[in-house]
Amino acid sequence: MTDDIAVLGAGMHPWGKWGRRFVEYGVTAARSALSDAQLGWNDVQLVVGADTVRGGYPGHVAGAAFAQALGWQGARVTSVYAACASGAQAINTARAQILAGMADVALVVGADAAPKGFFAPAGGDRPDDPDWLRFRVLGATNPVYFGLYARRRMALYGDTPDDFAQVKVKNAAAGRANPHARYRKAVTAEEVAASPVVADPLRLLDICATSDGAAALVLSSMSFARRHGVDPVRIRAVSTVTPRYPRTTLDLPDFATDSAAVVAPPAIGFRASIAAAAYAEAGTGPADLDLAEVYDLSTALELEWYEDVGLCPAGEGVKLLREGATALGGRIPVNPSGGLASFGEAVPAQAISQVCELTWQLRGQAGGRQVAGARCGLSVNQGLFGHGSAVIAVR
Amino acid sequence: MRTPVVAGWFNADDDPDGFRLLGTRCRMCGSVFFPRADAYCRNPSCAGSELDEVPLSRTGTVWSYTDGRYRPPAPYPGTPDAPWEPYTVVAVELAAERMVVLGQAAPGVTVADLAVGMAVEVVPGVLHQDAERTWTTWHWRPVGGPV
Ligand SMILES: [Zn+2]
Repeated sequence: MTDDIAVLGAGMHPWGKWGRRFVEYGVTAARSALSDAQLGWNDVQLVVGADTVRGGYPGHVAGAAFAQALGWQGARVTSVYAACASGAQAINTARAQILAGMADVALVVGADAAPKGFFAPAGGDRPDDPDWLRFRVLGATNPVYFGLYARRRMALYGDTPDDFAQVKVKNAAAGRANPHARYRKAVTAEEVAASPVVADPLRLLDICATSDGAAALVLSSMSFARRHGVDPVRIRAVSTVTPRYPRTTLDLPDFATDSAAVVAPPAIGFRASIAAAAYAEAGTGPADLDLAEVYDLSTALELEWYEDVGLCPAGEGVKLLREGATALGGRIPVNPSGGLASFGEAVPAQAISQVCELTWQLRGQAGGRQVAGARCGLSVNQGLFGHGSAVIAVR
Repeated sequence: MRTPVVAGWFNADDDPDGFRLLGTRCRMCGSVFFPRADAYCRNPSCAGSELDEVPLSRTGTVWSYTDGRYRPPAPYPGTPDAPWEPYTVVAVELAAERMVVLGQAAPGVTVADLAVGMAVEVVPGVLHQDAERTWTTWHWRPVGGPV
């Protein structure tokens, strides 16, 4: 177990399609987080940026871009990239430097200005990049992988397209109450069923959009928080695990799983191992959770996460959904923020925004989407190529 | 000119031993890799760096399947303005290798023709044809299905 760090401030720029530079969104989120922490930018000793990447090329090295925009003041800087897990890596990097005594107060920022349509790799002829190759050889967009998982669940567990639609209905209902969400209206199962198929069996409203947005956190040592006179939300664990060989779940951007013919597969798969590492570090388990923010890139994938984070056994995700356990007011609300279904993905900001939601929920500041009496929350996601990411926050 | 979309991932479609996907096998631990690993073994308990080419099983069973209803972005080949023909993608479980391998389904095979667990075989296919080249690839199709 590691020591806790404090979350002093959380801030976001609303998700949407705003047509401006990502740095602008990041500055809005950073200033909002600093104001929430009742600290000034000059109090920050470390700025960590989750990089904004276009097609595999880190053209915007985020840490310094945000530091310049906020005004050079000499703070240490770190920039990290781990695709969808970039935000969690940024939080963990800040945490490590705080726990090592290198900085007392850190600002973590992620922001994106997303292109229209499918995510696509950078141009050129780059056959040494598996992410380029999957588009070249298979035309395998991200929704193609989501469609494969969804169909597999239907065959294995009897999930139906209507079950998947109910995930969207649930998350849209929660997102309505979130001022930072991009989509803030109720969605019916009929509307999901009437939207066009993108990758059978998934329809447009089963799949998360790509968005502009930004999220920021002000993190500090517990001793600084005490001197600052607050009883803060604490980050108790951050999981950043890689898969174990042989990885037997097909994953983006792979053409194949590892072979399990010579080496037996690990007892639990990659997604489950992400949460397991966080539970182990925090000394908690799924029964301790009051809420979870999971990476619902598709509706069907949210059900997979229920099982992987241990809310129910494999194959029973739909049962939990149908019981209403994961809706607001249920036993263990999942994605009370509205999830990616209500936000769309702003890659480097997304894992940070999950922790913003945990913070507001644990403080009791989540308004119409508040989970009553929340004391412990989990956020979890997964970045391309095998970047695990999970955060456990407590109050 | 017929050009494989990726060199070394499958053999020539007129190979006397039949059309196969090509992987590699580590000389030290026997682990099989597809796409091929030629420089190092990825088994964490093996330091092998010599791998031999090995054909993968010709047949397998459907692990899952889906389709692409919208044109994927570049570098997927094709003319952006041409009408879009959805393609089917199949994930196939190979029993001997204990692995799942993706591929497009043969032309004409739709999601309605597939079911999880169904037997499929690998067949030579064409990804794209332009003025100079025919880009070849591999396809999966139900065993005994029409060519
Ligand atoms: Zn080996």
